[in-house]
Amino acid sequence: MTQAPRLHALGDAALLCELPAPATLAQQQQIWALASEALQWRGVHEVLPGMNNLSLLFDPEEVDAAELEMQVLSAWPQLAGMAIEGREIRIPVAYGGEDGPDLTEVAAHTGLAPAEVVRRHSEAEYVVYLLGFLPGFAFLGGLPPELATPRRAEPRVAVPARSVGIGGAQTGIYPLVSPGGWRLIGRTPLELFDPRAAEPTLLRPGDRVRFVVESAKL
Amino acid sequence: MRVAGVLTVLRPGLLASVQDLGRYGHRQQGICPGGALDALGLTLANRLVGNCDGAAGLELTLGGCEIRFDAPTRIALAGDDFGARLDGAPLWPCWSVPVQAGQVLRLGPANEWSAKAGLRSWLAVAGGIDVPPVIGSRSTDLKAGFGGHLGRALKKGDRLSLGIPKLDAARLAQRAFGLRAPEWEQDADGAVALRVMRGPEFEQFTLAAREQLWGTAWRITPQSNRMGTRLDGPELKRKRHMDMLSSAVIPGTIQVPPSGQPIILMGDAQTTGGYPRIGVVIRADLWKLARAPLDGRLRLAEIDATAALQAWAAQRHYLAQVGQSLAAAGWPVPAHNPPEGERHHAD
Repeated sequence: MTQAPRLHALGDAALLCELPAPATLAQQQQIWALASEALQWRGVHEVLPGMNNLSLLFDPEEVDAAELEMQVLSAWPQLAGMAIEGREIRIPVAYGGEDGPDLTEVAAHTGLAPAEVVRRHSEAEYVVYLLGFLPGFAFLGGLPPELATPRRAEPRVAVPARSVGIGGAQTGIYPLVSPGGWRLIGRTPLELFDPRAAEPTLLRPGDRVRFVVESAKL
Repeated sequence: MRVAGVLTVLRPGLLASVQDLGRYGHRQQGICPGGALDALGLTLANRLVGNCDGAAGLELTLGGCEIRFDAPTRIALAGDDFGARLDGAPLWPCWSVPVQAGQVLRLGPANEWSAKAGLRSWLAVAGGIDVPPVIGSRSTDLKAGFGGHLGRALKKGDRLSLGIPKLDAARLAQRAFGLRAPEWEQDADGAVALRVMRGPEFEQFTLAAREQLWGTAWRITPQSNRMGTRLDGPELKRKRHMDMLSSAVIPGTIQVPPSGQPIILMGDAQTTGGYPRIGVVIRADLWKLARAPLDGRLRLAEIDATAALQAWAAQRHYLAQVGQSLAAAGWPVPAHNPPEGERHHAD
C-alpha cells in the first residue's frame, strides 16, 4: 500500500490530494479510484485528476473541508490496488513532412534516424493519465525515455489541431489550434474533441493508446 | 401574449460574448468552466429582469458597444456602466429598465476609460439569450470555439434570439427601478483588495517572496484576458527550482511562472497547470477581480478558510436579501431553474 496523500486546500471550495513523487501508473490508478469514489460523496460535485494528484471540488455548505479530509484519509487504504481497465484506442498518424515539421529535430536530438523515431514512437503502448490543459488533451504515460526531447525555446503561436508532439518526457496530441512548444512529429486525422458528440472527448483516463503509422515522410 | 424578441449587435466593443454561470462537471475532460467572470453581477442583472439566475446574458469588455433591441423587452446592466445610455437616458448599474422596440443601448467609448471606469459589464435581457446549450451551458468557450453564439465572440450585425420572458407585458413595461449595486472598499491608493488563501506551493517561495505577495500594490497588465489577470511587480522567487506535475487550477488560482510575475487564473483558464500555486483568491472576491481595471492596482490579503467561508456566506446572504426585497415589491423571482444537466457553482 502506498503512502497516504498530502492534503491541501485549493481555495475555499476545493481540496488537493497529492501523492508522493514519482508519478507511477500504480499511483495514478489509485487516483482514478479515489476520483470515482469521491464523486459519490455528499457535497463533492466535481473531481479533477492531475498527474499523481486529485482535486475535489466541493460545496462547503454541504460538507466541510475537515470532514472531507477525514473521508479521503479513511477511504485511501481501501482503494489501494483498484485499477481501471481502459479501452485500447488506435490513433493513425502521418509522421514527418508538413504534418510533423520537427521530426528531424527530434531525430537530431536523440541521435536516432527519423525512421527509428517513428518506429519507437509507434511501437510503444501509452496510458492516458488524465485529460487537462485543453478540451480532450490527454497526458500520456509511456513515451520511450530515449525519445524525450526538450520543448522549443520559442513556442509556436498556433500549432495545427490534431498535431502529435513530444515535449520533454511526454507525448501528446493537440486537440485544437493552440499555442504550444512541443516538437511536432506528426498529425492524426482523428478528432480528439467534438463538443456536439454525446461523448465529446475521444480519450478517457485509463485508456491505452497506440499510434499507428499511416504514412511517414522521412 | 409573451413573445420572444431579438437583439442586434451594432458594435460589439473590444470583446462581447454570450455567457451564463458556466459549464460545470467537465473539467475532467479538459473543458474549462468559463461563464460570466462576475457571477454575482450576472445573477443580479438576471433577477432584475425576472430571469432565473443562470440565464445567458452578454459579457462586454471596456464599453464601446451598441446594441439594438428589436422588440419591447426589459434589461439590466451589472458591472461598470461606461456611461451607458438607452437612447440618451442614463442606464445605471443594477437598474431594471423597460425597453421599447428599436431602442439602442450605448456604452461609452473605451478611450474614455480611466482607472476608475473599470473593465467589464454584464447585460441581462428578459428571457435570456436563447442560444442552444452545448455541454450543459450557453457560455461561449472562446478558446475551443463552441457554445454561445456560433462558438465565437460577437460581431457587428449579429442577431441574437431571446427566450420567452418570465415577465408579463405589464411587468416588462413597468417603470424603471434599481438596487444598490455591490461595491468594494478601495484602498487609499485606489487598489482593489482581494482576499487570498495560501496555495499548495506557498511554502516553496522564499520568505521575501511571501512578504512581497502580501505587501505589493500589483499592477494589472493590459495582457490580461478571460484566461487570466496578469500582474506586474517584484519577481516572486522560489527557494529552489522544483519540477511540478500537472495539477488542477481553478478560477482565482495565483500561479507563478518562471518570470516570477503572478497570473491570477480566470474562468477561461486551462483546467490543469504546471506552475506553482502561491495562493487562491476566495470565491467571494472573484467578482472584484473580474472588474478590476487594466493598469489599475491589486492588493492581496491573506485570509484563512473560516474567514473565506464567512465572506461567501455574506455574499449568499446579500443575494437572498435581494431576492426578498424584489419579492416584497411584487417582482417575480423565478425558482432556481437551470437547464437540464447544468449545475451552478460559483467557483
